[in-house]
Parts: sequence; structure tokens; C-alpha cells
Amino acid sequence: MELRVANVRKEFERFPALNDVSLDIRSGELIALLGPSGSGKTTLLRLIAGLERPSAGSIFFGDEDASHKSVQDRNIGFVFQHYALFRHMTVLDNITFGLRIRKSSRRPEKAEIRRRALELLDLVQLSGLEKRYPTQLSGGQRQRVALARAMAVEPNVLLLDEPFGALDAQVRKELRRWLRDIHDRTGHTTVFVTHDQEEALELADRVVVMSKGNIEQVGTADEIYDKPVSPFVFGFIGQSSHLKVRIENGEVWFHDRVIGIKASDLPDGPATLYFRPHDIELTDGCSGCIAGLVTVSRRIAGTWHTEVDVGAGHEKIEVSLNADQSAALKGGRIAFRPRHYRIFPTN
Amino acid sequence: MAVDAAMKPSALALSAAKEERVRPFRDPTSESLPVKILLIALAAAFLALVLFLPLYAVFSEALRKGLDAALLAIADHDALSAVSLTLLVAVIAVPFNLVFGVAAAWAIAKFEFKGKAFLTTLIDLPFSVSPVIAGLVYILLFGAGSFLGPVLESWGAQVLFAVPGVVLATIFVTFPFVARELIPLMQHQGTGDEEAALSLGASGWQTFWYVTLPNIKWGLLYGVLLCNARAMGEFGAVSVVSGRLRGETVTMPLQVEILYNEYNYVAAFAVAALLALLALVTLVLKALLERVYSRDHALTPGH
Ligand SMILES: Nc1ncnc2c1ncn2[C@@H]1O[C@H](COP(=O)(O)OP(=O)(O)OP(=O)(O)O)[C@@H](O)[C@H]1O
Ligand SMILES: [Mg+2]
Repeated sequence: MELRVANVRKEFERFPALNDVSLDIRSGELIALLGPSGSGKTTLLRLIAGLERPSAGSIFFGDEDASHKSVQDRNIGFVFQHYALFRHMTVLDNITFGLRIRKSSRRPEKAEIRRRALELLDLVQLSGLEKRYPTQLSGGQRQRVALARAMAVEPNVLLLDEPFGALDAQVRKELRRWLRDIHDRTGHTTVFVTHDQEEALELADRVVVMSKGNIEQVGTADEIYDKPVSPFVFGFIGQSSHLKVRIENGEVWFHDRVIGIKASDLPDGPATLYFRPHDIELTDGCSGCIAGLVTVSRRIAGTWHTEVDVGAGHEKIEVSLNADQSAALKGGRIAFRPRHYRIFPTN
Repeated sequence: MAVDAAMKPSALALSAAKEERVRPFRDPTSESLPVKILLIALAAAFLALVLFLPLYAVFSEALRKGLDAALLAIADHDALSAVSLTLLVAVIAVPFNLVFGVAAAWAIAKFEFKGKAFLTTLIDLPFSVSPVIAGLVYILLFGAGSFLGPVLESWGAQVLFAVPGVVLATIFVTFPFVARELIPLMQHQGTGDEEAALSLGASGWQTFWYVTLPNIKWGLLYGVLLCNARAMGEFGAVSVVSGRLRGETVTMPLQVEILYNEYNYVAAFAVAALLALLALVTLVLKALLERVYSRDHALTPGH
């Protein structure tokens, strides 16, 4: 089912958790909400679910305005960060709960409910554990029961709040692949929250980057990484270095010299240059480059993380060098130019 | 030994200091045996003095002239009506406070609203106010000089010095038990499970019945048992509002006092023993249920 979030605002007692957020989600898509803590990811997810009411704006399920529908009527599947499994029920009873409590007119036969639950257990690779209680399961297993429970009601959309947040790195990676797999097989429209960018970039069809209650950018993993539209996204996704520069007549200046980068489409004035620390070329002479003295160089595996003191103000900037580049440095002096970069005018 | 004698004093002192630092392994959360024995003995002595001795005294006094005399005293008309009134009061007050307690705890633990702190304080009021004052409040409310009393009386309803007054006073006094037991429990559990149930399509009522209630049932049971014990044993408030009409508004604790004041010790202690027995039954019931509970999948309440 298609989802549309239209100009939604949410305030908690005057505190704005979401400011005028709009988002289109295609049917069958796997979407990640990515952002730092407190950026409003959970709030947006809960608004879609109907666990929270928007202060303004609407949420459409297909063509239908669902803003005033209760959570029960939206037919969603929600997986909570801490699973929220019913601890007094067995795994099987947890999974069948959503079907068992239906009115008899909409409730499948008992045998059918059981068959469906066992099928789901098989899907989440927990066959044979149906009689266990949640406390008798590991974190990863609980997580999978929570997912099976949410899918049992055949929801229009699956909403997952930091589904792997409480698990260790190894299990996370496994479950990540497994979730992608399940998504491809079942085709549910899925929105999941994470603050792990690797998870978002690897798993999602499209990533929604959020910051301070706003959506900064929506795009595929490539778009987000290669064409970040704001300083925040550039800084948040992957490694980044930045340098305060000045633009004059389409030339980028750092203090009293040009650094060999054109910026003809930008207005004159102060700006910030962003680039990836590894995405640079070393230059020999310096008629248009960034030059400075190496202050610290730490080697991590095959990469030298090198801090450079540039300019008169002793600004520090970090670049990553490979073995050859590192060996080519003479006397602690370095001159380089970013290969790919973005310049954002300072307002 | 010669070697020992040859040791220099400073070396001796050093080795002693070393020995002191390297203590043998002991379970870090455990105590040494003498300390353990002392603590247990202290607790046992205290229990014996404060709990068992009085209990023993009550029963031995009741049976001083034999079991027959005690049974005869209980079979007395007034005593029997006191027993039945006590049970009646408990049967009304406990369910009432059960419903109220669950509702109040639900509201306080799961929702945000204005005046919550005030409501929480209000629930504690019966704990902090002396039961005698609680009784006097009812006299003021329903007495001859009040507004409510005469109105109700003109409808033929007698509250004060009648069973309704006794019930009301008991409800007031036992008001906080269930709510007090449940509020911290429900606050600790949060709203996660409820939201999960709602998101799966459950109605509010289904959510309460299938998710909230099972999560709190042991706390609830405990609160109800405490509430029941107090409802049967309440003296002060009931004493004020009942008017002590023998065979009509006298509950078991009042009956005990009346008999005692009449120097009828055997009868007084017989009724007292029965009351204590009821309390013991309550406790045994609780212990049994806890046993069943721990056998029933080993889950601890709250987690
Ligand atoms: N019930 C609430 N009452 C008041 N403020 C709230 C409430 N829920 C969230 N907020 C605030 O709204 C903002 C966004 O919260 P939200 O939970 O959506 O963040 P998040 O992106 O999910 O963060 P995290 O990654 O830490 O889970 C936060 O500043 C938070 O303090
Ligand atoms: Mg969150």
C-alpha cells in the first residue's frame, strides 16, 4: 500500500518534534528513517501507525486520509524497539494474538490461525519454539517473534522502530540480511527506524535522513552518499571533512589563496567546503591547492588518518591516505585537492 | 622454629600485612557464618516476640476453658451476626476497592493529565488520616445535623448507625491498598504492551483484559488480600459510625472489644481467634497462589 505523509507537524506541549514533514512512500518499498537521536524518527513512525495524533497535516494510506483513523483501523504491523512481547503468553499465542481477538466475522478458523502462525514461525526461522515464553528466548529470537506477530495480521504497512537496536553487531548483520530477504518475499511496504547508517544504506530502497524534526533528504543510498543536499547530510553520512572558505568571482579562496576549485554558480561570500577525507589527490607544487603540515598520523589497517594543520588560523582538517600517498609525503608537508566536494554557502 | 626466630621483625610485620590483604575467596554477596547466624537469630527472635507470641496468646486464651467453651462462645447469636456482618462488609468493600483501585492505577500509570499529583495524594489520604477521624467525617456527612442525612432518611435510607455506614467507613479506610500496590507496578511496566495490543487491532477492553490484567494480576492479588485483611479487621472508623448496635452493626473487632469490656475473656478471645484465623487463611491463600504462580512458567512480575 502507498503511504503519503503530507505537511505533518507534531508538537509535544509546545515542543516541536516534527516540523512540516512530507514524504511519499511507494507500495512495496523498504524505507529507512535515519537520523541522530531526538531527530523525530520514532515520532514520525508513531504518527504513521496512529499511536500519536498529528498537530497538523494528514497521513494517507493509498488515497484515503487515515489521519483520523484509530491505530486499530489502520491495520498496521508495528515492531517495538524493546519488542513488547506479551510475557504471559507463549510464542504461538503472541503471534496469533492479533487474529484471536478479532470479531468472529473477521476471525479465521482456529486451525487456520494455527497453520498461519506456524508458517510465520517457519519464515522467521523459529520452528519448534512455539511453546516457549518470551523470557526463554534470546534477544534476536524475541525480535523475530515480534516481527512474526506484526506480520500475522497481514498489515498494510510494517513499521519497525530500531528493530535491531538492542542486539550485538554480529546478530544485527544476520538479521539485516534476513529482513531484506523477508521483505523481498512478502512485499510488505516497510518503514524502519535506525540510527545506524550502515544498516540504512545496506538495507533500504530509499533512505530518509532526518535532523531536528525535519527531513533533510530522501534518496537511494547512492544519492545520499554521492549527492548530499545539505551540510548536515554530508556530515552525517560517512566520513567527511570540511573547511571554511570564501567565494569571490566564482573562485574558492582559503585565506589569501585560491585552492583550485571553481564555484561559478555560487554567490560571493563565506561558504563551507565539504569533501570525503579519502577522496583527494596529492599535488606537487601549490598553485591552487590546500597545503599544510601534518600534525598527527594514525594508521588503521591500510589507511593513514592524517590530521593537517592548514592556514594561518591553524585550522585542523582530516584526510585519509593510502600507503603510497603516505610514503610520498616529504618533511611533514602535504598539498592536496579534493576530487569530489560540495560547497554550501554560509547563511 | 629456628627459621622463625631468625626472621627479622620487619619481615614478620610485612608478611602479616600481606596475609591481611590477601583474604580467602568468599562469595561477595554473602556474609561469614557467625554473622549469618546472628542475623537469622535476631530476625527469628524478633518474629517470635512480635508475631508468634501474641498469636499464641490469643489462641491459648481462647482455648483456656476448652474447645467446647470457645465454640459455644462463637455460636452465640451476637457473635455469629458479627461474623456474618464482617464477611458482608468485606464482600462489598473489597470488590469496590478492587475496581476503583485498578481504575485509579490505570489512570495514573498510563495517562498524563492535569491534577495527577493531586489525585495520587488523595488516594493516600486514608492512610495518613486516623480512622477515627474518617469515622467522624461520616458522622458530619450523614449525621442528624448534616444536609445529606435527613434527605436520605426521608427516602427511608439509614446510613449512620446501620450497615451502609459500616460499609462506607470500611471502603474509605481500605481505599488505597489496591491502588497503592498497582501504581508503581504499572508505571514500571509502561504502555509498551498496551500499544502492541492496540496495534494488533485489540479494542481498549480487550487490551485491558488480555494484556494489562495478566501483567498485574499478582500485584492485584496481593493488594486485594491486604485490602481484605484490613476490611475485616478495621476497628476505629467502624466503631465511630456503627453505633455498636449488638447483633446489627457490630463487626468482629467491635464484638471482641465489647466482650472484653464485659470481662467475658473466653468469648472475646474466641472471636479474636476466629478473626486471626481468617487472616491466616488469607495469608495461606496468598502463599498457595504464589506457589502455583511460580510453577506456572517462571516469570517474575514486572519483567
Ligand atoms: N511523549 C513525548 N513528550 C514530549 N516530548 C517528546 C515525546 N516523545 C518525543 N518527544 C521529543 O520529540 C523529539 C523527537 O523524539 P523521537 O523519539 O521521535 O526521536 P528519535 O529520532 O526517535 O530519537 P532516538 O534515536 O533517540 O530514538 C525528542 O526531542 C523528544 O524529546
Ligand atoms: Mg526513537
